Amino acid sequence: MHFKRKLISTAAILALSAGAAHAQISGNVIKIGVLNDQSGTYADLAGPGSTLAAKMAVEDFKAANKGFTTPIEVIAADHQNKPDVGSQIARKWYDSDGVDVIVDVPTSSVALAVNQVTKEKGKALIVSTGASSDLTGKACSPNTVHWTYDTWQLANGTGSAIVKTGGDTWFFLTADYAFGHALERDTEAVVIKNGGKVLGKVRHPFPTADFSSFLLQAQASKAKIIGLANAGADTTNAIKQAAEFGIVKGGQNLAGLLVFLTDVHALGLEKAQGLIFTESFYWDLNDQTRAWSKRYGAQIGGKMPSMGQAGVYAGVLHYLKAVAALKSDDGTKVVAKMKELPTDDPLFGKGSIRADGRKIHTSYLFEVKKPSESKGPWDYYKVRATVPADQAFRPMAEGGCPLVAAK
Amino acid sequence: MTEIFGKPLPVILGQTLIGLINGSFYALLSLGLAVIFGLLNIINFTHGAQYMMGAFAAYFLLNKLGVNYWWALLVAPLAVGVTGMVIERLMLSRLYKLDHLYGLLLTFGLALIIQGVFRQEFGSTGLPYSIPESLSGGQNLGFMFLPNYRAWVIAASLFTCLATWFVIERTKLGAYLRAATENPAMVQAFGVNVPRMITLTYGFGVALAALAGVMAAPIYQVNPLMGADTIIVVFAVVVIGGMGSIMGAVVTGFGLGIIEGLTKVFYPEASNTVIFVIMAIVLMIRPQGLFGSR
Repeated sequence: MHFKRKLISTAAILALSAGAAHAQISGNVIKIGVLNDQSGTYADLAGPGSTLAAKMAVEDFKAANKGFTTPIEVIAADHQNKPDVGSQIARKWYDSDGVDVIVDVPTSSVALAVNQVTKEKGKALIVSTGASSDLTGKACSPNTVHWTYDTWQLANGTGSAIVKTGGDTWFFLTADYAFGHALERDTEAVVIKNGGKVLGKVRHPFPTADFSSFLLQAQASKAKIIGLANAGADTTNAIKQAAEFGIVKGGQNLAGLLVFLTDVHALGLEKAQGLIFTESFYWDLNDQTRAWSKRYGAQIGGKMPSMGQAGVYAGVLHYLKAVAALKSDDGTKVVAKMKELPTDDPLFGKGSIRADGRKIHTSYLFEVKKPSESKGPWDYYKVRATVPADQAFRPMAEGGCPLVAAK
Repeated sequence: MTEIFGKPLPVILGQTLIGLINGSFYALLSLGLAVIFGLLNIINFTHGAQYMMGAFAAYFLLNKLGVNYWWALLVAPLAVGVTGMVIERLMLSRLYKLDHLYGLLLTFGLALIIQGVFRQEFGSTGLPYSIPESLSGGQNLGFMFLPNYRAWVIAASLFTCLATWFVIERTKLGAYLRAATENPAMVQAFGVNVPRMITLTYGFGVALAALAGVMAAPIYQVNPLMGADTIIVVFAVVVIGGMGSIMGAVVTGFGLGIIEGLTKVFYPEASNTVIFVIMAIVLMIRPQGLFGSR
């Protein structure tokens, strides 16, 4: 073992003398592993689209940094939304496949598991589609950046905006597992803090295909807002059936607490219209997001990116900038460098990464357009409110992140 | 307000009606399974995938060919039924001499392949399908708002179930079918083309699944995995009713739908498991199922 290590360091010294650019790059290649759901419930909002986004980031980085000659590779794997599968792949990637950074990781439980493995191995993790705000709270790590959004941001953005515009009585439809409970808890706190009331809640099994009975209970509560503390197919089914039972026509409104562009696409505007929710990104925000999204769409059958996929692009781009600035791919050092460098990319604009790993940027409250307002395919959102970067996320002191407390 | 066990009567009535709607799907699906098992002795695990194919067929008929819901109710089951007959001819027919398990494994594998292909092609989020114009809206029944479409589902499902039961139990064609399962050689000797009859029966069972799929398309997301989730419950329904019993499948389908609906009032967290609890109890007390004969 000792001899082997010596051999490696000798090799490293040789490499060092061979070319300065390759100085600290392990295996002389930067390997980016996209770890997400490639085939199940979350495959459309993350999946192969995230892999493409990572590849586009590499392309753009290379085009802008012609002097950076180290090869960059992107690989992908399917964690099937299972924490054990996810951490197993992460270990294999880090130990024997020479992966330097893992990106995306939807499904909070998997993201938290990979977070732990990455810390152990001293590598780097950029979470984009994973939701839990614990990643920058009590589970925060010097090796992790949480890029796109989190549960606190969703609860806060959507909850307070709705209460302030008159939606002061709530009824929750909550997926009966950790993620749903957390989202419900955070949103309830925000509703009450802003002077609203929670009239009732019902916990539905995960997953549920038929929401009619839960919707009837929500309807009977006479609450102005029905908060959907669930995700993916549960959310789309609930919305679809709410339309059928005339809930929105009857004067109640739905608040999707976690909705992706792909969900709206699957629902169609007829069913999704009027829905209000928080996201960090939409393809049609400005010229830069439009240009990038058109390029993305051209390579994936005309689909527009979800905020998770956009976050993968921006996160990988920033990671590569940090590697180039540092001339090293040592996970811990690169993440520290990422926090030091201001972020700037075409999708999220200028921003920064806090000491707890939270990426800070503007957050948007969107409303889904009426079919008559939509000009064409994928023209779905209008911006209802913009939450400035410094208010969009949980204040660092409230997260309970040990990295911050130590300072 | 009148209350039963601390729950207002209107809520109970509402949930009972909703249970009846879900029961309509259980009944239609378990009916197809019962027909196939009763006459072919095949445990058709592809049923969920075929239900999903029915929904997808409706989606494509509407969006690619402009065929509306009403025609889809006829065309989609026919199309999916034909694919079922192809499967029966090419594959299932080779397994009749072997143990049940082989049929089960084959149909289970086919289900995985079909679902995988659809997921690869169309993603996992699903596709939208709207309620036909003439059935949108609903009635206020006083105790609940009943969407017209759901009322139609109950009526259509009841009609299909009773018609199927009538054909198999009360007509000459049904008598041939039942005879062919008892003693195929004898029926063949009377000049009836038994293999063809079996192929048609399998096609019919599959068409029933596809019909349920078309009816489900406007309510649920048209999603490659929609059948995988439902089929497990439906198998429980068939086991409770008694494998192969037509009336058993229909009655338990509707009955369990109602029980599941009421569970959602009293203890929503258990609504996904209540059917399996009942299945366990029934299997302990009456292993052949409530309506089973053996």
